[in-house]
Amino acid sequence: MSLKTFSRGGVHPPEYKLSAGKTIVELPPPEVAVIPLSQHLGVPAKVLVNRGDQVKVGQMIAQAAGFVSTNIHSSVSGKVLKVDLFMDSSGYRKMAVQIQVEGDQWLETIDRSDDLVRNSVLPAEDIRKKILEAGIVGMGGATFPSHVKLTVPQGKTAEYLIINGVECEPYLTADHSLMMERTEELFSGIQLMMKGLGVEKAIIGIENNKPDAIEKMKQVVQGSSVTVQGLKVKYPQGGEKQLVQALLKREVPSGGLPIDVGVVVFNVGTALAVYDAVMKNRPLIDRVVTVTGKSLEKPSNFIVRIGTPISSLVEKAGGVPDDTAKVINGGPMMGKALPTLDIPIVKGSSGILLINKNEARRREVKPCIRCSKCVTVCPMGLEPYLLMTLSEKALYERMEPEKVMDCIECGSCSYTCPSSRPLLDYIRMGKAEVGKIMRARKAV
Amino acid sequence: MNKFIVSPSPHAYTGESVPKLMYGVIISLLPALAVSVYYFGIGMIIVTTVSVASAILFEYLIQRYMMKVKPTHLDGSALLTGLLLAFCLPTNIPFWMVMIGALAAVGIGKMTFGGLGNNIFNPALVGRVFLFISFPVAMTAWPEPGQWMQYTDAVTGATPLGLMKEGLAVKTVGEIMPEIPSFLHLLIGKTMGSAGEVSALALLIGMLYMMYRKIISWHIPLTILGTVLVFTGILWLANPDRFADPLFHLLTGGLMLGAIYMATDYVTSPMTGRGMILYGVGIGIVTVLIRVFGAYPEGVQFAILIFNGFTPLINKFVKPKRFGKEVKHG
Amino acid sequence: MSQIIIYTIITLVAIGAAAAIILYFAAQKFKVYEDPRIDEVEVALPAANCGGCGFPGCRNFAETLVKSDTWDDLFCPVGGNETMSKVAAILGREAIEQAPKVAVVRCNGTPEFRPRVTEYDGAPTCAIAHSLYSGEGGCPHGCLGLADCVVVCDFDAIHMDPVTDLPVVVDDKCTACGACVEACPRDIIELRKKNKKDRKIFVSCINEEKGAVAKKNCSVACIGCAKCFKVCPHEAITMENNKAFIDSEKCKLCRKCVVVCPTNAILELNFPPRKTDKIETDES
Repeated sequence: MSLKTFSRGGVHPPEYKLSAGKTIVELPPPEVAVIPLSQHLGVPAKVLVNRGDQVKVGQMIAQAAGFVSTNIHSSVSGKVLKVDLFMDSSGYRKMAVQIQVEGDQWLETIDRSDDLVRNSVLPAEDIRKKILEAGIVGMGGATFPSHVKLTVPQGKTAEYLIINGVECEPYLTADHSLMMERTEELFSGIQLMMKGLGVEKAIIGIENNKPDAIEKMKQVVQGSSVTVQGLKVKYPQGGEKQLVQALLKREVPSGGLPIDVGVVVFNVGTALAVYDAVMKNRPLIDRVVTVTGKSLEKPSNFIVRIGTPISSLVEKAGGVPDDTAKVINGGPMMGKALPTLDIPIVKGSSGILLINKNEARRREVKPCIRCSKCVTVCPMGLEPYLLMTLSEKALYERMEPEKVMDCIECGSCSYTCPSSRPLLDYIRMGKAEVGKIMRARKAV
Repeated sequence: MNKFIVSPSPHAYTGESVPKLMYGVIISLLPALAVSVYYFGIGMIIVTTVSVASAILFEYLIQRYMMKVKPTHLDGSALLTGLLLAFCLPTNIPFWMVMIGALAAVGIGKMTFGGLGNNIFNPALVGRVFLFISFPVAMTAWPEPGQWMQYTDAVTGATPLGLMKEGLAVKTVGEIMPEIPSFLHLLIGKTMGSAGEVSALALLIGMLYMMYRKIISWHIPLTILGTVLVFTGILWLANPDRFADPLFHLLTGGLMLGAIYMATDYVTSPMTGRGMILYGVGIGIVTVLIRVFGAYPEGVQFAILIFNGFTPLINKFVKPKRFGKEVKHG
Repeated sequence: MSQIIIYTIITLVAIGAAAAIILYFAAQKFKVYEDPRIDEVEVALPAANCGGCGFPGCRNFAETLVKSDTWDDLFCPVGGNETMSKVAAILGREAIEQAPKVAVVRCNGTPEFRPRVTEYDGAPTCAIAHSLYSGEGGCPHGCLGLADCVVVCDFDAIHMDPVTDLPVVVDDKCTACGACVEACPRDIIELRKKNKKDRKIFVSCINEEKGAVAKKNCSVACIGCAKCFKVCPHEAITMENNKAFIDSEKCKLCRKCVVVCPTNAILELNFPPRKTDKIETDES
């Protein structure tokens, strides 16, 4: 039987999983932590501390400022230096709390032992409440607040929970190492989420390039209603819509969410964070980050506190190589290039990738030869060449019927273009403009 | 500290580039080129050399002095145009005609529209049709294979399709067939015809190579060949005396060359799989119509040019299958 | 032979006549009445079709001019008062005078004052760079130097200076149509009142960050010190969001603010040289 995968488009970038199989190393807290107030999709959190306040690890320092927003906790103990603008991974200076670290004092309520806690007696409602309190967001990179996803909207029913262990981005191994080292906790987290959602069935999707993780997860889930499904390696299988289609053959409708077909998707990292929050009373204050790159001395998987500067992570992985020309927060396909290393790790940072100067620069843009490769690889069945032209010529109203809003920005089109055209750059701009037009229309 | 480069995602690229694709096509043409040199000798070498050289030269001159842009004559596309033009000319055609053909191909077929990527019609076919209409006599005298050292003085004859067309006026198919080379000869290329179109086998090998390299997809060549097979098959079953059998149609003339190399030209073919199928079926039908009912013995080049014209329309109306239109509840 | 010619002529004439008759009746039947004054007004307009008036083209604007009762929001920035009074004469109405304006680029972040700390390698438009990060110079409000304003200008009135990496407005060609104001994703370009001899005084910075942060990126940033605000005798300067703004309607071009600015963020252009010892820093 051929392995499952999504049906349309897709590419096969070289994997370069340099840090695969490396044990997760825990890094000590930084000397100064900078914790941004906007680490999630939605409204930035409202700050609760002032300059000079003493904080402990796990203490809430900012509160959710709306339904689509979430709490933020201090990842270190010490004194608040200031609440000010700091450069974050968005490339702009935004509000953040800067803390001078003094010792490592945790809140007493947090269970810091390694003991595995299995069964929870908490009702579904309390599970969701704890997830909100702990400030959990999607750890795959989209950083959508998890309590929102766990709240099934009126009139819709959730049937399946899908756990995303695909990690289709080249280089990244954070999720892989989690599945290998925290398997039991992960499974417990999945069961908690199933309870919180009220679903009977869960599927863990893992790409076939991680046979050890598939094997290990299979052993753990034996005898439960959770199944593990190996998937054929293809990018962007980690995209929600692609993963749902690969596993269940259900297509999320255009403009819809997975819940429209009875599915909720979470990343493996999120499942682990849920376990820590519900069973150990531990808010989201650290995460696993892959630090990698071809010229890097020691590509590694680290567990680091939120707010640790990226420069100190790279230092621990052997220092910045001389030929580094580009630093990416995330993977090479969807990650964001950073202007400096003086940027803190946030809840959504899954990896730091250093690209050397031979591969950093884009190639010269040539005319489109209409080879149709972008159309062939688009996983959403769009026509990137057309969308780019329309966007370039500012014909935004023609882009909406061409379904530009369905674009998941996976980058397969730009990746594959033989003329090195900046397809996704322009499509993204067009998307923003079409979004403005649609919002304006709604407002009228 | 290093000055970092910042750019939007993605930050990885395939090694694919336009020259690589073009040279991939050229590599796939080598078997057909070898067969032609084997059968037509010096004529083939002269025609090919002149055609390729003048296509590259004209591209350079036009870009450098008329369009005043950076010349791209070495990106492989002019070389490919020249090679394909040579492939659809008889090998005894005077070299100055070849040069005119190359000028028409590059100048009229490609550069008037703005260069690579903007042309509506396949440049090599524009060159060929230009010559075909300007010099009908020279363009319909085909040297017999096996004359190594003869160029313009080669002994000529008619192509299998020409024999069929003329013969059918007075004879039945069964009576004509003995005059035509055997199917084995048609397959390996021991027949009369344009330089590169003679050997169906060599062209099929080229097609497999291009599919393996993922330069072309199966859609266009297979739908054209399939359509021709089905259409001529129906006619043949209806009246085997008046209509030649489908295998004859597949192996003769420029069908293979057209279906595999001319119709699949990136710039002038549709963008979506379904569009390509529509385009292929159209070319197949028009080819057979011209061959069987038209005045010319061969119609592939006209069929392709006609559907090149339809390509923008196909692109406008045939969209890829979008994700998430139908919702299935399991 | 001659027969063929005659027949050809006869048939062609017949077809032509038939077509003419059909066209005549069709034109009668489908005739749409249009105010003839619209055409007259359209002729009087500059035919730039730039959209500066807020309408898709000159024809559209002409229609609105003829039909609407009040002309409060209607003005052709390209033709200016001259054109508007011509139009008013055609329609027998009173023209509303507006002071002529000119586009002004409010950023002085040349590589000298604002060192480039990163290198942008994406598609060369400001809109895309702006959505990606704060820019090569690190200022989140500064000019990105990718010339979106130059691309949209229909009048060839703005171009990039290769040395300063900033757009330069050619005052004589600028029609104040506002296309560049719209195109700039950072709202750096402003339409300001045109003064005699194209004299200008303006704060060439729109950075809203705190003084220290702004200064760190760019040595000529407005740091919001309010010295100019205090010295201005005409109340033309307002302070908001850590930056000063000079209202071009109120400014009397006295140049007092220019002298007190500690970062040289206020520019004076096209003035005769001063007699005082203050050295002018940037004339571009």
